[in-house]
Amino acid sequence: MSLLQTILVIIIELAAALGFIMVTALILIYMLRKVMGHMQARLGPIRVGPHGVLQTVADALKLFGKEDIIPAAADKWTFRIAPAIVFTASLATFSFIPFAPNIVAVNVDISLFFLLAISSLAVLGIVMAGWGSNNKYALLGGLRGVAQMISYEIPLVLSTLGVVMMTGSLNLIDIVEKQKTMYNIVPQFLGFAIFIVAALAKINRTPFDLPEAESELVAGYNTEYSGMRWAFFFLAEFVNIFIISALGTIVFLGGWNGFLISLPPWAWFMIKSYVLIFFVMWVWSTFPRFRADQLMDVGWKILLPLALLNIALTGLVILLREGRIF
Amino acid sequence: MVADYFNNYITLLAFILTGMVFLSLVLFLCRLVAPRNPIPDKFTTYECGMIPMGMYWSHFHVRYYIFALLFVIFKIGTVFLYPWAVLFRSLGLFGFVAIIIFWAILFPGLLYAWKKGVLKWV
Repeated sequence: MSLLQTILVIIIELAAALGFIMVTALILIYMLRKVMGHMQARLGPIRVGPHGVLQTVADALKLFGKEDIIPAAADKWTFRIAPAIVFTASLATFSFIPFAPNIVAVNVDISLFFLLAISSLAVLGIVMAGWGSNNKYALLGGLRGVAQMISYEIPLVLSTLGVVMMTGSLNLIDIVEKQKTMYNIVPQFLGFAIFIVAALAKINRTPFDLPEAESELVAGYNTEYSGMRWAFFFLAEFVNIFIISALGTIVFLGGWNGFLISLPPWAWFMIKSYVLIFFVMWVWSTFPRFRADQLMDVGWKILLPLALLNIALTGLVILLREGRIF
Repeated sequence: MVADYFNNYITLLAFILTGMVFLSLVLFLCRLVAPRNPIPDKFTTYECGMIPMGMYWSHFHVRYYIFALLFVIFKIGTVFLYPWAVLFRSLGLFGFVAIIIFWAILFPGLLYAWKKGVLKWV
């Protein structure tokens, strides 16, 4: 490929990724409102467009017309950069997700490791938002966010290690291709359970939504944000929900490997991802919020030892089955 | 092969740059469209309707610092686990025992912190 072709491919990938992110965010917000509405015996949005499908578009337009306000007491540049870091981290994380064997923007040998590493950069944005706002709710929300996200990152990372041991590769495509006969959720059920709990905490979703606990911290780290800057936090949050569901699909649910009926690979991938997204929303609308001390207890005293146990068990079983011990 | 390798990282870099540029562009467009009516009250810090008191760049609880320290220790532990997990099959029993010993040194640290009450969120 010539240089020009390469650049063209990159531009097309970027345009496709941005478009996909926007559409996914619109769909997810609508879906969340409908799912939550019906779970609470309400209808959800219904006025704008048929069944309210244009409600999120209307909201986006409204946000676009809002005045850009930076509080006088805020640390201006920290305040400005924070949403950029959060959004960029989720966009860069998104580039690693393979939708099908040949639909992937960045395909490196260590994509799983890289994905987890880059997604954790969002912590920086959250602490900057909390600190830069110079607001007590924002500061508390930001600090809580950091404490929570770093505590749950360790179980999250460890829970995928069992799969890496079975696969022998950190490439997400290799991981999916290894699940042709059996999905990893069967041998790695403990890993999957840890992954789901840690993932919910990592993307700050109920029951772990302490960084933006509405009933105690107004809106947590994004209290001072409004208009488009706030919209980018919101966008990044929904992109993160998609990314973590897609990652769960890739690592544990067999990615684009279908069963019973044959569909195109990307269709299987999207169906499984949306099942996980629905699960996240289900939890979101039914569970009460954890207390900060309970949150830390679960992370450090239960999930971390369990994740280590999972790795040890996986190693032992692999060695026993291959006859390496006796 | 080498070109492929670099292409992937250049794409990643392009994604990161695009994130920044896209956000700046949207905020710039927003500035053109949105109304602008700066009155001092708008720029006060939000505090549930009260007049905000003081600055908040002050002391906060030490527990956050302790958890950050614990995080660094265990994160380095997990980073060491990754290459080991990839090569697990070829390392065999030797690698398995080695990593058990590694965690047997690291894990009592967590137990110690637990016993000392560091993990307690007060």
